[in-house]
Amino acid sequence: MHLATYVGLAHRSERTLAESLRVVGEGHARHPDVLFTCRTLAGFSDDHVRQLEPVARRYGERHGGDVEEPDRLHAAGLAEVRSGPVGLLRDLQDLHVLGTLVLTTWTVINQAAQGLRDHELLSIARSASGQTSRQLSWLNTRMKAAAPQALIVAP
Amino acid sequence: MSRGPPAPARASAARLTSTTNRPPRTRIRLGTEPRSSRARRARLDLRTALVGSTVGHMDRIADVWGPRTPHGKGTVWPARVDEYLADGLSEDEVDRWVPSACVLCSNGCGCDIAVKDGRMVGVRGRATDVVNHGRLGPKGLYGSTPWASSPDRLTRPLVREAGQLVETDWDTAMGRVVEVSRRLLAEKGPLTHGFYSTGQLFAEEYYVLGVIGKAGLGTPHMDGNTRLCTATSAAAFKESFGADGQPGSYTDVEHCDALFLYGHNMAETQTVLWMRVLDRTRSPDPPVVVCVDPRRTPVAVEAERTGGVHLAPRVGTNLALMNGLTRELFANGWVDERWVRDHTLGVEELRGIVEPYTPEVVARTCGVDADDLRRAARIFGESRDVLSTVLQGFYQSHQATASAVAVHNLHLLRGLIGRPGSGVLQMNGQPTAQNNRECGADGDLPGFRNWENPRHVGELAELWNVDPLTIPHWAPPTHAMQIFGYAEEGSIGLLWVVGTNPAVSMPESARIRRILGGDQCFVVVQDLFLTETARLADVVLPAAGWGEKTGTFTNTNRVVHLSEKAVEPPGEARSDLEIFLMYADAMDFRDRDGAPLVPWREPEEVFDAWREASRGRPVDYTGLTYARLRGPTGIPWPVTEHAPDGTDRLYHDGVFPTRTDECETYGHDLLTGAVVTEQEHRAMRPDGRAFLKGAHHTPPHEEPGPEYPMLYTTGRTVYQFHTRTKTGRSPSLRAAAPDAWVELSEVDAARLGVSEGDVVRVESPRGAIEVRARVGRVRPGTVFAPFHYGSWDLDDADPEHQHRQANELTMTVWDPVSKQPYFKTAACRVVRVRGGDGPAPAPTTAASAPVGGGVPGTSGGAPTTTRLTDTPGYPDDPAVDAAGGTGGR
Repeated sequence: MHLATYVGLAHRSERTLAESLRVVGEGHARHPDVLFTCRTLAGFSDDHVRQLEPVARRYGERHGGDVEEPDRLHAAGLAEVRSGPVGLLRDLQDLHVLGTLVLTTWTVINQAAQGLRDHELLSIARSASGQTSRQLSWLNTRMKAAAPQALIVAP
Repeated sequence: MSRGPPAPARASAARLTSTTNRPPRTRIRLGTEPRSSRARRARLDLRTALVGSTVGHMDRIADVWGPRTPHGKGTVWPARVDEYLADGLSEDEVDRWVPSACVLCSNGCGCDIAVKDGRMVGVRGRATDVVNHGRLGPKGLYGSTPWASSPDRLTRPLVREAGQLVETDWDTAMGRVVEVSRRLLAEKGPLTHGFYSTGQLFAEEYYVLGVIGKAGLGTPHMDGNTRLCTATSAAAFKESFGADGQPGSYTDVEHCDALFLYGHNMAETQTVLWMRVLDRTRSPDPPVVVCVDPRRTPVAVEAERTGGVHLAPRVGTNLALMNGLTRELFANGWVDERWVRDHTLGVEELRGIVEPYTPEVVARTCGVDADDLRRAARIFGESRDVLSTVLQGFYQSHQATASAVAVHNLHLLRGLIGRPGSGVLQMNGQPTAQNNRECGADGDLPGFRNWENPRHVGELAELWNVDPLTIPHWAPPTHAMQIFGYAEEGSIGLLWVVGTNPAVSMPESARIRRILGGDQCFVVVQDLFLTETARLADVVLPAAGWGEKTGTFTNTNRVVHLSEKAVEPPGEARSDLEIFLMYADAMDFRDRDGAPLVPWREPEEVFDAWREASRGRPVDYTGLTYARLRGPTGIPWPVTEHAPDGTDRLYHDGVFPTRTDECETYGHDLLTGAVVTEQEHRAMRPDGRAFLKGAHHTPPHEEPGPEYPMLYTTGRTVYQFHTRTKTGRSPSLRAAAPDAWVELSEVDAARLGVSEGDVVRVESPRGAIEVRARVGRVRPGTVFAPFHYGSWDLDDADPEHQHRQANELTMTVWDPVSKQPYFKTAACRVVRVRGGDGPAPAPTTAASAPVGGGVPGTSGGAPTTTRLTDTPGYPDDPAVDAAGGTGGR
């Protein structure tokens, strides 16, 4: 069953997102809202990783190196941050791209859970999708607020 | 051992007539003096009731709240007139009395200014005003007028020459501002301009500033220090009810069976409202008081006295406590399921969120007793009518908006809103903060309009005859902390500070001084005095203050007052309105047809323009004119064709301004601040129902650890206002609280070897202060510091080494929704420096009282007078008079 591929993808992309949120938060700590919100949002992804444990036990989990996982699904995390107002904007945008990968991964798992009539997995996928949407909403809100100043007047 | 509240005492008016506490109650026309024998008899009865209390000449430093006039539930609060005249003047020596309202807290007490020889010499409360029924507090009495004739008033503009501020004329000073403004506009456009205003101008001034910023320049970077005092109040209203607007009324005090004060030391911050409360709690049928505060304030004492509860949660855990109270309502069946179904959205999500917050969990998180929490919840759940008030203990603390919204949730779950006695008062910190929220000079559009709603923006564009794209509405208006962030990086190149003192009042003072004093940003400061902030400016503009100009303002209770000009401002000082108009003229702002954008000259013309901007919005002023406001009392908005005499309380029909096309916001995620989109909002079909919104408690941003083991919190004292610009220039107030201090609990003081009056050093990761210690009534593990004390009145002040400024220690961090900075959650350590030479300079009369004896009581205020007068009828007052008739009309 190929669900294991997506369990692996969810696991890894959530972990990558959590790590990247922390990197961006710490890197832009002079914006306290970025620092603290990124920490909170990273906590969401940590929770999802924990919730995946019983799922992985049941369906298995396949990771990179496996020929069945298409390479293009990999997404590298952010190891360091850019500087300045435009740098912050670009980092938030990268987080948004990562978050979108996480969200669509949960969408796919949600579909599989329905087909499997797996109530537990369905509930995890639904709740994780909702939390990922909150992560994306904040990133979108923050980018919208920061964009004009960063693009027009920042030194 | 849970104990319910006493059975609600529904004392009838008839029964009250047989008690000795019967209030004097005569039916008279507003503004006339009753002379009936019944009135005289009533007065005598009251005097009998007041045996033992001082009526006549009073030291209102020693006696903060004055004599009691207790009265029964549901009866009109008796009138009592408080007056202060300087220099031993008597009333008949006063040349004129000029109508106004007090601006030394958010209560908005109606008063008359005494004028003698062209100088303001005192104030008298107006017996006919719905807000205060004649009373004034110590700050209002002693602090309203002395500042005006202070010799250090700014009387001429100043500009920086070779590093020094030097006097100049208006043309030169304004010329510099305009030169920088034009250059920045030409180089990089309007996003280079930032305005940081206040909660102390008049509505007319905010409106003009809003038009200049939003339609003239087109900058989103406008906010007020209201962000520090009242942003959470506005944000919480918007999240729950769809728009800003105080639901309750002060008249709820007369009708409630239980009174909950959340982080609101009303006894010190709104002394006159506290007098109103005391006159109920000291009557034979008092409401039960519940107090949530980490200090043993007078409110906490009153809670214990009335059989209520004092909950002293660990700083930073308010939301856990609120979730616990909310859970108890669900668990004990105290929810009005039908009302909730008809009038709210989101009950199941809220139930799920609060489920883990059992009393035991809350007790562990907050450090309160689980049974105390149960008792408090039972009082809320079983009292017929509950009034809740909220202030900075919630607004300036961790998870501010979510905690304030939780207060709304409790009321919504029981349907306790919109009727006398059942309401919410989310208080403001400043007298005219409400107008900044209404008129669009802070982070909102005028008239509670929604920046995300193109139709709302279109209405303003039409009103001002400008392209809608001129009005910045692509994102929320920039909040104060972000404005300072942009000024720090230099992308805001012109920062105009009006009537506020961020060098003392903003968190992490060292950083704010760096921003204001640096070369990356041109700073204009407009104020009454050379404040700590003005000293760092490039241009200083001398402003006229209260009593030196005419305008309107609205208190926290929605009551609008007209404040008339009583005297001329000193020297070349000009009203803030005149200064804004001078800038607008010089910049030559035009509308789409080439006509002047800011055509008004007189305050009344601006008021009429603002009134039009409010038409059809929840904050509807259309029934108000200067002529109407010249009556005996202030009038609460909305004032419309349908409510010509104003509106005592909102939402009597349980219908809220949440329709997607009407609301001021589509809402936010309370945990992250992410915005809810229009589509998401529309899909919920709120249609007039209120939102029940919750969030989980998260640990505060800075928790005590080995290096900084204690919690640090800041606040006010009853005798000072803000950075003491006015109150510090009143001899009586200054002497009552002359210098900074910190409060430690008895346990901590003993552990640290600190005695009363010892000098201690309090340090956080950001800075330190050295002040004297009061061994006081703060929760163990917590340090309290008053934030009033900067350096303007110190001779040896080195701006880089502040030794007493509380905000040296606070963090730069804010609430995700309201963006209000958190002044009340930081970690610190305390070290004893040396022994003191006497007790700490902290007042003994209220929350700062010492635990031990031997500290002389705070006293020594100049004499004031207090008179009991006949109680007039008050418009829209739902209380009954002693004869059983309805109050008011």
